[in-house]
Amino acid sequence: MEIEKAILAVITTNSSIVEGGAPIFICETRKEAEDISANLEAITDGIAHELSEELFIIVKH
Amino acid sequence: MNEYTMPILFGVIIGTLARILMLRTDYRQYPTYLHGKVIHVSLGFIAASLGSVAIPAIMELEFTAVTFLTVAATQFREVRNMERNTLTEVDSFELVPRGKTYIEGIAISFESRNYLVIFTSFITTLTFIIFNVYVALFAAICSVTVSMILMSGKTMKNIVQIDHHPLHFKGAGLYVDNIYIMNIGLPERQEEILKYGLGFVLTPNNINTITTIANLGQRQAILHDVSVTLGVFRDSGTPALTPLIKRDLDDGRIGIFILPQIRDVNKAIKVIGSVPILESAIRMPSESTFTRKT
Repeated sequence: MEIEKAILAVITTNSSIVEGGAPIFICETRKEAEDISANLEAITDGIAHELSEELFIIVKH
Repeated sequence: MNEYTMPILFGVIIGTLARILMLRTDYRQYPTYLHGKVIHVSLGFIAASLGSVAIPAIMELEFTAVTFLTVAATQFREVRNMERNTLTEVDSFELVPRGKTYIEGIAISFESRNYLVIFTSFITTLTFIIFNVYVALFAAICSVTVSMILMSGKTMKNIVQIDHHPLHFKGAGLYVDNIYIMNIGLPERQEEILKYGLGFVLTPNNINTITTIANLGQRQAILHDVSVTLGVFRDSGTPALTPLIKRDLDDGRIGIFILPQIRDVNKAIKVIGSVPILESAIRMPSESTFTRKT
C-alpha cells in the first residue's frame, strides 16, 4: 500500500511535547513558529496544520 | 445516380448536422479544441453514413450488410477509449481535476452521441425512401429533438437544495455550517480563506440522492465545474487553498468549500445547480426490493 500522507516537519514552541522521526523545528515564540510553518508550507508544497497552540505540523497530502 | 442516392445523401447530411448540433462547447469547456471538433464531426459523418446505407442495403436484400453495424459499434467504443485516455492525460494538469467518474461520463456521452447520429440518419433515410423528402425532413427534426432530450440528463438542482452558508473557523478547523472541512494552521491562510472562500451546503431531497451526492466522483465534478466557470483562487504548490467537499455523516448533507475568482453567491448557486448528475454516481436504494418490502 502506498502511503499518501506524511508528516514532513514538526514546528513547536515546547520541545518537551515532541519527539521522533520527522524534522523538528523548535521556536521561541508562536509568531516565529507561524513564520517557519508558512515558509515550510511553501517550500514543501504541504499544508500547515495546527494541532495545539504550541504545535504545528506540515503534512503532504 | 440511382434511386438511393438522394435518400442516402439526405440521411448523411442530417446525421452530420445532428452531430454538430450535439457538439456544443459549453461551461464544461470541452471540446474547445478545434482538432477535437474535427475528429468528432468526422466520426459523426462516418456514423451518419453507416446509418443511411443500412436501409438501402436491406431493401436490396443484402442482409449481411447489416453486420457492418457491429463494426460501427466497435469503432465507437474506440471513441470512448480515445476520449477517456485524452481526458485522463490532460486531467493531471488541471488546477482542479475533473476526476475519473466525470471523465467516464463524458466519454460515454461521446460514444452514445454517435449512436444517436446513426439512429437519426437511419430514420431519415427510411422515411425518405418510403415517403418523400418532406416527411423525411419532419422525421429528421423529430429524431434530432428526441436525441437532444435523450442527451440531456438531470442536473444537481433537480435533486438537492443549495444553500449558502458563511465559512467559519473553530480553532484551526474550517467549517461550513456544522460540516468540518479541514485544518488550516496558519492565521494568514485562514484570513485568505475567509476572504476568498465561499461555503455552500447541499441538502439531499431523498434517500437516493444521499448516496448519489456522496459519490466522490460526483463531488469532484461539482468542484471542477465551479472552478472552471467561476475561476479558482489557487496555484500549484498551495495545497492549503484546495476546494473541498465534505459530508455530514449524520444526515448525508454535503458541505462545499470553494475559492472562486468571481465571488458571486447567486452565480455559484446556479453553477452548482447545473452540474450534471453523473450516470455512474446514480444510486437507487429505494428501488431495491429489500427497501420496498419494509
